[in-house]
Amino acid sequence: MSSKITKIAAALALTTSLISASAAFAEDTIKVGILHSLSGTMAISETTLKDAMLMLIDEQNKKGGLLGKKLEAVVVDPASDWPLFTEKARELIDVNKVSAVFGCWTSVSRKSVLPVFEELNSILFYPVQYEGEESQRNVFYTGAAPNQQAIPAVDYLMAEEGVERWVLAGTDYVYPRTTNKILEAYLKAKGVAEEDIMINYTPFGHSDWQTIVSDIKAFGEAGKKTAVVSTINGDANVPFYKELANQGIKAEDIPVVAFSVGEEELAGLDTAPLVGHLAAWNYFQSVESDANAEFIDAWHAFTKNDKRVTNDPMEAHYIGFNMWVKAVEAAGTTDSDAVIDALPGISVPNLTGGYSAMMPNHHITKPVLIGEIQDNGQFDVVYETAGLVPGDAWSDYLPDSAKLISDWRAPLSCGNFNTETKECGGKGN
Amino acid sequence: MTLLRALLVCLVTLVLSSAAVPPSMADDLQDTINALADGSLKDRAEKVDALLATGDPKVVPVLSQLADGNLYVRKADNRVFLTESAGKNFTLTDPVSGEVIPDINKRTLDKIKANNSLRRQIRDGLSLFALNSPDPAKRLEAAETIFKAQDASALPAIEARLAKEQDPEVSAFLEEARAGLVLSSDASESDKLAAIDVLREKGGRQVLSMLTAAAEKGEGAVRDAAERAVVAIERVLAIWEGVQNIWYGLSLGSVLLLASIGLAITFGVMGVINMAHGEMVMIGAYTTFTVQQVIQSTAPGLFDYSLLFAIPIAFLVAGAVGFVLERGIIRFLYGRPLETLLATWGVSLMLQQAVRTIFGPTNKEVSNPSWMSGALDLAGLSLTWNRIWIFFFALAVFGLLFLLLKRTPMGLQMRAVTQNRNMASSLGVRTPWVDAFTFALGSGIAGIAGVALSQIGNVSPNLGQSYIIDSFMVVVFGGVGNLWGTLIGALTLGVANKFLEPFAGAVLGKILVLVFIILFIQKRPRGLFALKGRAVEQ
Repeated sequence: MSSKITKIAAALALTTSLISASAAFAEDTIKVGILHSLSGTMAISETTLKDAMLMLIDEQNKKGGLLGKKLEAVVVDPASDWPLFTEKARELIDVNKVSAVFGCWTSVSRKSVLPVFEELNSILFYPVQYEGEESQRNVFYTGAAPNQQAIPAVDYLMAEEGVERWVLAGTDYVYPRTTNKILEAYLKAKGVAEEDIMINYTPFGHSDWQTIVSDIKAFGEAGKKTAVVSTINGDANVPFYKELANQGIKAEDIPVVAFSVGEEELAGLDTAPLVGHLAAWNYFQSVESDANAEFIDAWHAFTKNDKRVTNDPMEAHYIGFNMWVKAVEAAGTTDSDAVIDALPGISVPNLTGGYSAMMPNHHITKPVLIGEIQDNGQFDVVYETAGLVPGDAWSDYLPDSAKLISDWRAPLSCGNFNTETKECGGKGN
Repeated sequence: MTLLRALLVCLVTLVLSSAAVPPSMADDLQDTINALADGSLKDRAEKVDALLATGDPKVVPVLSQLADGNLYVRKADNRVFLTESAGKNFTLTDPVSGEVIPDINKRTLDKIKANNSLRRQIRDGLSLFALNSPDPAKRLEAAETIFKAQDASALPAIEARLAKEQDPEVSAFLEEARAGLVLSSDASESDKLAAIDVLREKGGRQVLSMLTAAAEKGEGAVRDAAERAVVAIERVLAIWEGVQNIWYGLSLGSVLLLASIGLAITFGVMGVINMAHGEMVMIGAYTTFTVQQVIQSTAPGLFDYSLLFAIPIAFLVAGAVGFVLERGIIRFLYGRPLETLLATWGVSLMLQQAVRTIFGPTNKEVSNPSWMSGALDLAGLSLTWNRIWIFFFALAVFGLLFLLLKRTPMGLQMRAVTQNRNMASSLGVRTPWVDAFTFALGSGIAGIAGVALSQIGNVSPNLGQSYIIDSFMVVVFGGVGNLWGTLIGALTLGVANKFLEPFAGAVLGKILVLVFIILFIQKRPRGLFALKGRAVEQ
């Protein structure tokens, strides 16, 4: 028995070392770490981001690299396993000596690697919309904070659809819970009564939506216009939307606005019965701009597949990567401290035809778009904020966070400065 | 807007009875239609109202195409066309003259966008047109839409139609729609009482909220009648809710049954702790996907029957994988449960990654055939067709498997080998082959389950993982080695889950069920239906 196990273990070790060794060591390159799960539950979303990063690095190399050197991607597979994220992050920084890391998807994976980046003083670009309530010196958040996604979406539904009753449905983990807490406080501040808000959580990968969908239907038949705000994550969305369609809930009656459903998620669905349901993002593939058309063409060429879709976190990596390139050029070095200081204030084009800037709180400015699902699996933009919305690390609608600000420029250099007590370190990290 | 509606209602009745439109009006119509393309989504609402107000039947296709996203404007001259996709190009139809222009490149056109509120406005507006449609089904739909929209200005149109309506079913719906509007208007007390009676007959949640509002606002006899009606409707709703919960429970139970029935063979009958069971389900689902792809590209006409082809193919594919697994790995590990567990778990990871490499990590779209989409409305219930089919399918699979085990020589041999291997062997049964085929059968059944489960959930490499725990739970709870136990266990767990969910929520409900099973196993370690006899002692 033991000899068999040893053999298996040896084989496993061999495969892992082969994977990480695939990026060959070479002199005079700048290494960029890619920390996205290529196996396990999150592979469905994160594999695409790995490909997007490889494409961006490839394109930068064609333009002549960075500081006269070639860029080199170091890809590791944390396998959707949170402790492994910590290990792989350490490996990237300590062993592979990467200059910056682009990665993570779930909040828990980001929280797992935070201490490593702090300890080893490296840089992480985090490309996914998240619950906010965090600002860390070594992390740059290129996805949306709640005020860049959830709040504008709710505003849109109130103003355009006249929604008075709200279902907040989410998967049971930190992002939906925090987002719903913020939304609940926001809705109550707007005068929505307690009994007009229904909050519902489901386990990861929930597949039997019959009861919940019929509850939503019953909740929506009370005579007031009702909408569902969905923070349902990943795999659970397909059965949720199928059940909605089968029970005949149309977007004209009860629209669902989702924060985790993009082009990639819709690829596994027949969207004809879902036309009109909404999603709030900072980018849609259907956005008409020259930068976007170029990006999509490059993506299709790189993946050799003209059916591959683009999505919001890919745009976040596009912005983050270009910001990093610009900051390194400005600093003239890839040294972490110099680049971290150079990043705030850097402004690069985004894919929606404008510019996004890195702010002192390490979040970026973005436009907020609301799109309606079309029968071809794409979104039609039906609303766009007038200007860019700056990301707010600490929500103004939670009493604990409202008084916190984040500013990583000297002399403040603090991620959670309490404006009342005038002290750094009010809450969180 | 309400004024416009009222105007429109009069016009609809007027125009529909009059004959053709004079040419000058046709030009106006063309301009009003072309104006749709200009401005933002917000301006479009007014233009839609203007079109509805013309009352011209020609605006019906324009507006419904706008709602469906098929209305385009030609960039060159800003003319608006109805379109139909023909391959890469569009066929354009002029909405006024009816002139058809084939083969137009999409790039020369711009789509006129609509959003939810616009679609709602169009739907409500067009329902007044449809009220006079010759097709009773359309009139029925229109009456329902009007009932839902609760727009008081529709009242004259309903009454006009009611006077002419011949179809009793449509009449009944129109009466209900009228009652709803009368109740919220300032009609006389007797009219309102009559309306309450009509609504009380109809029942349902929307009526409930209308009556509650009426009870709050009304006075005297109207209030009393409304309150009585509310109580009556609530009572009926409570009963239906109970029935609905039972059905949801049975439906969830049938899914559990499908997922675990293969395991009831490999784990229950053979005693192999088969962690790769979920992956057999996944292989079945991917087989369905592949079959649908092939059918779509070779014989799209057969698409509605794709599942019928997928079932035997999935059985064979998953069964073959199971066969290889048994011959290649598991047969060396009989009697060593811990190693079997580790080895099959390793196989499950390999199968997942293999599928990920071949098909990619993203979800695959497995479509529902038309006969599995939508819902069956039965009094106060809405039962979705896919769940109904899966329920009966699960029972059918169970029945067939049961017959196979009890009534065929192969089943006899399987039972003989599991009950007393040595005795079976000495009677000339080739036990290794029986093992292999039993395992293949269990895997094949799991593959069939995959065909059904692909209809309600994701088809992704992780599909199997979400079912494996539930499957083991069912088999252990029902009693290892007993098919009846699996059936009763699955249905019990399903119903228990669904009765807990409304009170405890989905997350806590699941935990409570798990705790219940743990306690139950403490009391009855062999599950619901314990296997008796000599096999147990071994």
